[in-house]
Amino acid sequence: MNLSDIVAQQLVNGLVLGSFYALVALGYTMIFGVIKLLNFAHGDLYMVGGFVGFLALSAISGVVGGDWPGVFIAMLFAMIAVGCLGVVIERVAYHPMLAAPRLSILITALAVSLVLQNAVLGLTGGQYQAFRADLGFGGFDIGSLFIQHNQMVLVGTAALLMVALQLFVTRTQFGRAMRAVSIDKDMCQLMGINVPVVIAVTFFIGSALAAAAGTMAGAYYGSIWYFMGFLIGLKAFTAAVIGGIGSIPGAMLGGLVLGLLEAFGTQIPGIGSEWKDVFSFAVLILVLVLKPTGLLGKPEQERM
Amino acid sequence: MSDMLLELSGIELAFGAYTVLEDASFSVPKGAIVSLIGPNGAGKTSLFNCITGFYRPRKGSIRFDGREIRGLKPHHVTAAGIARTFQNLRLFREMTVLENVMSGMHCRTRAGAFAAILRTPMQRAEEAEIQEFSRECLEFVGVREGFDREATTLAYGHQRRVEIARALATKPKLLLLDEPAAGLNAGEKQQLIELIGRIRDERGVSVLLIEHDTGLVMKVSERISVLDHGVMIAEGKPKEIQSNPKVIEAYLGQEDAEAGLDL
Repeated sequence: MNLSDIVAQQLVNGLVLGSFYALVALGYTMIFGVIKLLNFAHGDLYMVGGFVGFLALSAISGVVGGDWPGVFIAMLFAMIAVGCLGVVIERVAYHPMLAAPRLSILITALAVSLVLQNAVLGLTGGQYQAFRADLGFGGFDIGSLFIQHNQMVLVGTAALLMVALQLFVTRTQFGRAMRAVSIDKDMCQLMGINVPVVIAVTFFIGSALAAAAGTMAGAYYGSIWYFMGFLIGLKAFTAAVIGGIGSIPGAMLGGLVLGLLEAFGTQIPGIGSEWKDVFSFAVLILVLVLKPTGLLGKPEQERM
Repeated sequence: MSDMLLELSGIELAFGAYTVLEDASFSVPKGAIVSLIGPNGAGKTSLFNCITGFYRPRKGSIRFDGREIRGLKPHHVTAAGIARTFQNLRLFREMTVLENVMSGMHCRTRAGAFAAILRTPMQRAEEAEIQEFSRECLEFVGVREGFDREATTLAYGHQRRVEIARALATKPKLLLLDEPAAGLNAGEKQQLIELIGRIRDERGVSVLLIEHDTGLVMKVSERISVLDHGVMIAEGKPKEIQSNPKVIEAYLGQEDAEAGLDL
């Protein structure tokens, strides 16, 4: 393989990884937007999404098979189920804490994360679960570059979801309300916006996107386990910060940037793939030091 | 039914031991322009907050359009037909001028989140209507260009107008303006007086304003209510208020008397 092949191959790998990060980072950033909470349980919603998708696929694969159509149906089911779970978590765990100091709700988020992880641990016994998707390994060559169909479908689906979200947020009354809530809640009430409903819908969408990523990741990598949300939660947080926390395009960009950085970073001589995570978090620290507001974030304005 | 649009009676509001409003009563007739004046700290903005549902008065009743609204949540009060602007500018940063005004129509739209996700034809048609009405509101207040600019990049006087347009976009029956003339120059104040008149005459929206600029208050309002230390001390036509000894005392009693009531 020559250099350009390596670059092209890592570009594809980075896009796949980046799509997962971006989908999870979107939920992170949207929830941060509306209630200023770093939802540390968000990675676990991705994990639960993987499991719900797995269960759904197992139930229907006899009828529709384990290829992409089946995975999509399972993914849709996981999105709805986990979306509702996200709404329940907000109502039960976060809503009562909204008036409390910020640290309290942050600790609550950690608790929710532990509850979700341990619930799934208890149910599965901590075993890796083989994801019974049957995606095949077909693909095509471009020169010496090999692209799997799976990778294309995956990146395409993620892109579709992100475009849909962007349209929803900028072109609809409800999307505008969502952005307005992240700017000034009191004013929103005077505009007749039912703020708790907007927050609930935000949790639904954010959680559903994480679930979509979880199901696709399970199908793509072939296995799921109760702890799979931990690292991606941290990575998604990193992606959201790189892009500028609170910014939706920022989360998409941050996810892709992080995915590509990891893919290429591991190609630097002397840095093997085992250094991948170190690489990401070093980038997080750099961003926090050099541009704390992220690539697309705006500096916080103090009101006098 | 009475010809009063808004009727407050016996409003009592306290934060702990500190009483902000004490037995405050007053009313806004249908189709009227009413001003609420009083020295700083008299409780004017608190009264607005009670009307819009941000504060919950301990006692009293707030009737709007023949219906008790005390205790309603702010978004329900808005849906009932009361809109408001703030003393300091509160436009949504990072949103365009048009988007700011469009957000005001939230409670008048029917398509919910799911219709929006699916982008049904009904939702699209409604979206077009919202845009149309919002543009019309902006033009009504005299903002004719720069709809796609970020709202906070507009000149101060224009931001004030956009706020009024956003309030009008909620399709109110009553508009509450909290110091709308603050920071405006003489020419802009004159335009504001005309705008307030047009809001009532052309759109049929009653107006209740808090204002320190007494020259403007005297010109624009048909009735004036005076609040001092949480108590209504006078209510009447501008002429009557000007010569009311209690009012003069309330204003002269404080240190910025010269800056106070321009009688």
